[in-house]
Amino acid sequence: MSSAGNNGRALPRAGRALPWALVTPALGWTLLFFVLPFIAMGFSSLTAHEGGGFTLSNYSQFFTNPSYWQAMVNSLQVTAIVTVVSVLLAYPFAWILAEQVPERGQRLALMLAVLPFWTSYVVRSYSWLLVLAQNGVINRVLTGSGLITEPLQLANTRLATVTGFVHFFVMLLTLTIFANLKQLSPSYRKAAADLGAGPVRTFLHVILPLTLPGIMVGAFLTFVLCIGDYITPQILGGNNELLMPQLVMMQIGRRGDFPLASALSIILMAVVTIAYLACARWLKIERT
Amino acid sequence: MRQFVRIASWVYALAVYGFIFLPVVVLVLFSLQSTSFPIPPFTGPSLRWYDAVLSDARLTSALVNSLMVAVLSSATAVTLGFLSAWGFARFVLPGSGLLRGLITLPLTVSYLIIGMGLLVLFNWAGVPKSLLAAGIGHVVINLPLCFAIIYSQMGDHQINIERAARDLGAPEWKVLLLITVPVMAPAIFAGFFLSMTFSWDEFVISFLLTRFDTTLPVEIWNLLRSGLNPKTNAVGSLVFAVSIVLVVLFELTLLRRKPA
Repeated sequence: MSSAGNNGRALPRAGRALPWALVTPALGWTLLFFVLPFIAMGFSSLTAHEGGGFTLSNYSQFFTNPSYWQAMVNSLQVTAIVTVVSVLLAYPFAWILAEQVPERGQRLALMLAVLPFWTSYVVRSYSWLLVLAQNGVINRVLTGSGLITEPLQLANTRLATVTGFVHFFVMLLTLTIFANLKQLSPSYRKAAADLGAGPVRTFLHVILPLTLPGIMVGAFLTFVLCIGDYITPQILGGNNELLMPQLVMMQIGRRGDFPLASALSIILMAVVTIAYLACARWLKIERT
Repeated sequence: MRQFVRIASWVYALAVYGFIFLPVVVLVLFSLQSTSFPIPPFTGPSLRWYDAVLSDARLTSALVNSLMVAVLSSATAVTLGFLSAWGFARFVLPGSGLLRGLITLPLTVSYLIIGMGLLVLFNWAGVPKSLLAAGIGHVVINLPLCFAIIYSQMGDHQINIERAARDLGAPEWKVLLLITVPVMAPAIFAGFFLSMTFSWDEFVISFLLTRFDTTLPVEIWNLLRSGLNPKTNAVGSLVFAVSIVLVVLFELTLLRRKPA
């Protein structure tokens, strides 16, 4: 890794063309199928759906149409709830895996914890439907045991969307926080104990601040993946309240309105960029 | 106190495992349902829904499409990723930090937006929706991953072997094919298998960019319109099984590295 970039003299006979021949295909692909589409989307967002011509109406619609605005509010609320709940659930779990599970069992315990990660994403959301449906597992158990008489409305609610998301992100955050906890040298804990701190103070003043960067990276990932996801809210939330990705897909699917869909996508990306800048301090992800 | 923490930890860990495994267990269990609804009470076991999946021409052709797109797009991504990783690791290029950033940039953008961009571009360029279009999108999302994995595994010991080969008179293409590729094989396969799992599971880009022939996740999506159905459970369980195989291959290839 450290070798990168300082071995230019390793190739006496190679012309200057060779390195460019190696990197150009990848760069070209990225420019052609990632950067160019993005520019196309930018242009598209500035055109009128009917008749073409440049206009800012796609953007102004977002700010003036309350239902579009509401989709962004819903998205931000759901994402915030999911991020907070996932971190709160995953942190103690990662801590238990790192501290309470014996060293030999840790790898297995972690692999088990992320195993469901590898079910198909569409299928995973659908399986939550089996659990949460009107006559699904939870309602059957609750009515069967006599706790409730009428089945609860669990599917097609915000609760269902949040549950599906949290399920996914608990696994992701457990991975990142676990890695962070394992990197901490045990001498910090010993030093804190030697200086007379109890376990609670050690945790609050030593462990937690040291793992904060890991938490922030995980939380940022959660934010980005959650706010841009279409599948989980569409399957589990139904159409009772729309989130941004659902709104984008709706413009394409039902109305064929590419310019508006482009504008909404760009707004969504802008929000992610703002989130990135807000936590950039913690996000100095090493470019290896 | 210590005892209490221990017991509380066990209870908490079991509860989280329960939460994580609940949907998967329900999925697999009710794929074995013998009646038509994948809900309690359990009436199985029966393999009739697996039978139904494997005799469904739409699903099996979607499965073949998915595998084809996954293999071809991953091979493309890993080839481009490997060549560029080698280029960046071995040569000084002007602005190489920036260019590497450009290659990894798609990692930070949601699949929906990548798919949207390609849809708008292809629409303008008159490229019809197809598996090829979706495959191009899959390369966009997997190229940064392959690049990052392979680039991070390019170490100093490989440089020396390459230099030795050159000193012995090997031309550049021979160094690449006979030295670098075999030495880097674990990272290359790891990148390939990881790409396969992502492409195999990818939905939004395929949904936006294909029309008639489509991939398995999109076909599963279409199945969902017919409501809860044990056939969906069966096909979901099969997809899960394939993913697990790919993940195990990824783990094995990446963990076998570092002989010294």
